[in-house]
Amino acid sequence: MSDRLTVLKTYKLYVGGKFPRSESGRVYEVTDAKGRWLANAPLSSRKDARDAVVAARKAFGAWSGATAYNRGQVLYRVAEMLEGRRDQFVREVADAEGLSKSRSAAVVDATIDRWVWYAGWTDKIAQVVGGGNPVAGPFFNLSSPEPTGVVAVLAPQESSFLGLVSVLAPVIATGNTAVVVASEKSPLPALSLAEVLATSDVPGGVVNVLSGRTAEIATPLASHQDVNAIDLAGADEELAKDLEIAAADNLKRVLRPQPVDYAETPGIDRMTAFLETKTVWHPTGSLGASGSSY
Amino acid sequence: MPSTALTAAHPLKDVAASDSSLRRFLHGLPGVDAVGLEGRAASLGTRSIKTTAKAYAIDLAISMVDLTTLEGADTPGKVRALGAKAVNPDPTDRTAPSTAAVCVYPDMVPVAKEAVAGSGVKVASVATAFPAGRAPIGVKLADVREAVAAGADEIDMVIDRGAFLAGRYLKVYDEITAVKEACGTSARLKVIFETGELSTYDNIRRASWLGMLAGADFIKTSTGKVAVNATPANTLLMLEAVRDFRAQTGIQVGVKPAGGIRTSKDAVKFLVLVNETAGEDWLDNHWFRFGASSLLNDLLMQRQKLATGRYSGPDYVTVD
Amino acid sequence: MASAFEYAPAPESRSVVDIAPSYGLFIDGEFTEAAGGKVFKTVSPSTEEVLSEIAQAGAEDVDRAVRAARGAFGKWSALPGSERAKYLFRIARIIQERSRELAVLETLDNGKPIKETRDADLPLVAAHFFYYAGWADKLGHAGFGADPQPLGVAGQVIPWNFPLLMLAWKIAPALATGNTVVLKPAETTPLSALFFADICRQAGLPKGVVNILPGYGDTGAALVAHPDVNKVAFTGSTAVGKEIARTVAGTRKKLTLELGGKGANIVFDDAPVDQAVEGIVNGIFFNQGQVCCAGSRLLVQESIQEELLESLKRRLSTLRLGDPLDKNTDIGAINSEEQLTRITSLVEQGEAEGAERWSPACELPESGYWFAPTLFTNVTQAHRIARDEIFGPVLSVLTFRTPDEAVAKANNTQYGLSAGIWTEKGSRILAVANKLRAGVVWSNTFNKFDPTSPFGGYKESGFGREGGRHGLEAYLDV
Repeated sequence: MSDRLTVLKTYKLYVGGKFPRSESGRVYEVTDAKGRWLANAPLSSRKDARDAVVAARKAFGAWSGATAYNRGQVLYRVAEMLEGRRDQFVREVADAEGLSKSRSAAVVDATIDRWVWYAGWTDKIAQVVGGGNPVAGPFFNLSSPEPTGVVAVLAPQESSFLGLVSVLAPVIATGNTAVVVASEKSPLPALSLAEVLATSDVPGGVVNVLSGRTAEIATPLASHQDVNAIDLAGADEELAKDLEIAAADNLKRVLRPQPVDYAETPGIDRMTAFLETKTVWHPTGSLGASGSSY
Repeated sequence: MPSTALTAAHPLKDVAASDSSLRRFLHGLPGVDAVGLEGRAASLGTRSIKTTAKAYAIDLAISMVDLTTLEGADTPGKVRALGAKAVNPDPTDRTAPSTAAVCVYPDMVPVAKEAVAGSGVKVASVATAFPAGRAPIGVKLADVREAVAAGADEIDMVIDRGAFLAGRYLKVYDEITAVKEACGTSARLKVIFETGELSTYDNIRRASWLGMLAGADFIKTSTGKVAVNATPANTLLMLEAVRDFRAQTGIQVGVKPAGGIRTSKDAVKFLVLVNETAGEDWLDNHWFRFGASSLLNDLLMQRQKLATGRYSGPDYVTVD
Repeated sequence: MASAFEYAPAPESRSVVDIAPSYGLFIDGEFTEAAGGKVFKTVSPSTEEVLSEIAQAGAEDVDRAVRAARGAFGKWSALPGSERAKYLFRIARIIQERSRELAVLETLDNGKPIKETRDADLPLVAAHFFYYAGWADKLGHAGFGADPQPLGVAGQVIPWNFPLLMLAWKIAPALATGNTVVLKPAETTPLSALFFADICRQAGLPKGVVNILPGYGDTGAALVAHPDVNKVAFTGSTAVGKEIARTVAGTRKKLTLELGGKGANIVFDDAPVDQAVEGIVNGIFFNQGQVCCAGSRLLVQESIQEELLESLKRRLSTLRLGDPLDKNTDIGAINSEEQLTRITSLVEQGEAEGAERWSPACELPESGYWFAPTLFTNVTQAHRIARDEIFGPVLSVLTFRTPDEAVAKANNTQYGLSAGIWTEKGSRILAVANKLRAGVVWSNTFNKFDPTSPFGGYKESGFGREGGRHGLEAYLDV
């Protein structure tokens, strides 16, 4: 054991590809499972939430317009970066969730694998949920999924890393941009994930990470008219109801909280929850039926 | 009456300066969406024309018929019978209107002329090596001149579809202007595109404008000699063309669907197309014709039914 | 249209439909009085003639109907899919057999032209039942797991613009997936739903599987709020849709909403002009513009504005407004006095805001609710008539200069249901379609519908899809 004093990290928010402090200047104390001080995390305000939405909206055009292959490459790059920081996350998750080193390592491995799983989905989901429709007429008719827009994601409170990635990755894999509210009690893995995103090829604004009081940040997000959807995974029953009511103001797509075992391989529901279906029609002409016909 | 040809000074005359300028103009016309066009034609086909409207439409349709015989087996006797029928379509009812014209091959023009003499029924003659049009231009023009000299009031020419499909629009244009000149001032010129061979609606729109630019008095769908002749859709398209041409130039051009129109119901549908596309200015046999033979008898039977309330039968109309 | 060729009246015979002087609620396979004894009248909007007196369901009736549906759910959901399929096939066939009767009925109660009920509504209604009938025994192949389960009792509230078609969109997928249904038709158009109840009887559908509760907004609200409803499906206004979303918040009720729109019909300078004109007319004057996916904003490229407007005005002059039962009528009556008032008020605002109003010469009948086809030019994005859903035969014309501007203007709305693109350039269609934030994009056509084709909105036009494989999801526990 060396007696060198370690250099502590100042955890910051991640908004628009930058690492600002909360505009409120507030922080709150984050402790480990045993109550020992780990760090001071930014206590985000309504204004931070608003800035994050602006950044997410700004990033939406390019991210949703990127090719699915490109999004897959970018997300896979994130997994590579995560792998490189594996030890850091094992430590952070162990601290946050009170896990043993080996249990924490298993969680981190599962998380990285989860990220790879979603990276592979980017260019497949359209084939699974979209397709041609055999309409009764001379028309080409194609339904394709499209990202719904800016999604507010309330990360699960307990599963600070695997749960986080399990709700975030499906949102951005399909081309949405996200404003993530980290686990209130255990925000550090989320804030560190932001550092990974910043050093991989994810464009700034695609993912924005806020830490603080979930209810305080989620309320302005749920009522924000430029947010298209909200995942309530990290809200308790009472908060979820209030947020769902607020979300009705602009008819956000709402994914209600439900019991999830994040260790299990997910289905595609978390992707389809934030996909729109666009159906495009075009006449085909009617070959030969009436002579001159196309 | 509107003037019948573009003056040399008209800006649209310039488009025929060369093959390429003509191509640029014709390919610059708005495209045609086939499904939309056919949908519109079908939708107008659901108009329900009853009682007084039907009586009006049937008489109008009879008056628009170019009663046609274009067979190798045509004889003077057959043509005389046709002429008599054109003048008095229903021997039992003299209130039935005459048809617009009889339409025959050039060698039958003198016979037809005599058969309809004094009636107001016109004699139309196909010419220009009808129906294929595959003859040297000199032969085609001679064909026209003979028919006109024999007294034809109207000449139904065919365009050179081969040249059109090969993109040699100026050749088609020049032929039409030459035929127009051969028609002189006495005969009106109907230009047949053989739409069934042009294959696309875009081509039919281009051919329509080409024909009108070159001086056609009528644009006509087909010869009646190929698989697909007049259809509601191609006629609708040509009606749009004459409507737009008049809006742009002030010149009114007639339309003649020919071939395949056999029943009164069909004929009335075409009149609805005329009414709701080109408008009532075209609801006159100076501007709209049906090229048909068996249609007339069906119109007459329907006319009898409307007059008497009984369904008629083929024994009560004349066999041609 | 004064023409030598005047079309004589060609009315469809009213005698093919026999409307009873009064109708009850349809609960558990029986027609019954409302518990509170309340009734309301339904009138023919083209004449204001009272067609029938209808029982008005209250909260107690809602409860009774939900209990009936709950009671029927166990057996119905346990039936083999192939058996449920056959019931739906029967219903589809009976609708085809009775389509003339239903078309006349719908025209009488709604005011829309017989041409539309005959050629659009009824064929689509039957097709929708046929389509979902076939799904009933193939749900394991629909991509929702090997054995997807129904939700339970579906509470469905439908609008007055396509009464029977909206019923079909709601009931067919609900029954195919094994749910039972309580459906509230709109107060101005309850009749076709009540005739549908009779079709269920003819088809031998088990009692309680379909329940029909005519009534006003409060009936719908009670249905949506009923604690034993598992699924809520609503088609109607965005304002009511938001209210419903608040009502179901915090429950396990699954919700789908199909709401308003302000569809942009974008016409580029290389459009197939004659078909574009037809598409514009069909887009905004079909069903008197009372269509959520109407192309109510015409975005035309500046370079062809004059030419296009001239063609459009000429075409509008040929529209035939009048007796909806006349087979030649293109424009029928507005559905209700209330709707007419709303249209009138928005149009007056459009004029007050400086837009230029034009209508073809058009005589309106003396009685009934009528509004002439109307076109506004000099409209800007800031005008209310460019933003609010008018739900009437009123077209706002705006211009653009570049494709980017067209897309930006088209998307500049809280809605996102439909859009149209007219151009002969294929790549432009695909590029623009890709950028439009709308659930249905019609290119070189407009207002086309098909049971296989998913329909539904982005943004405040609602969520969930109706039609196609996608339409099953709304009624499955997935």
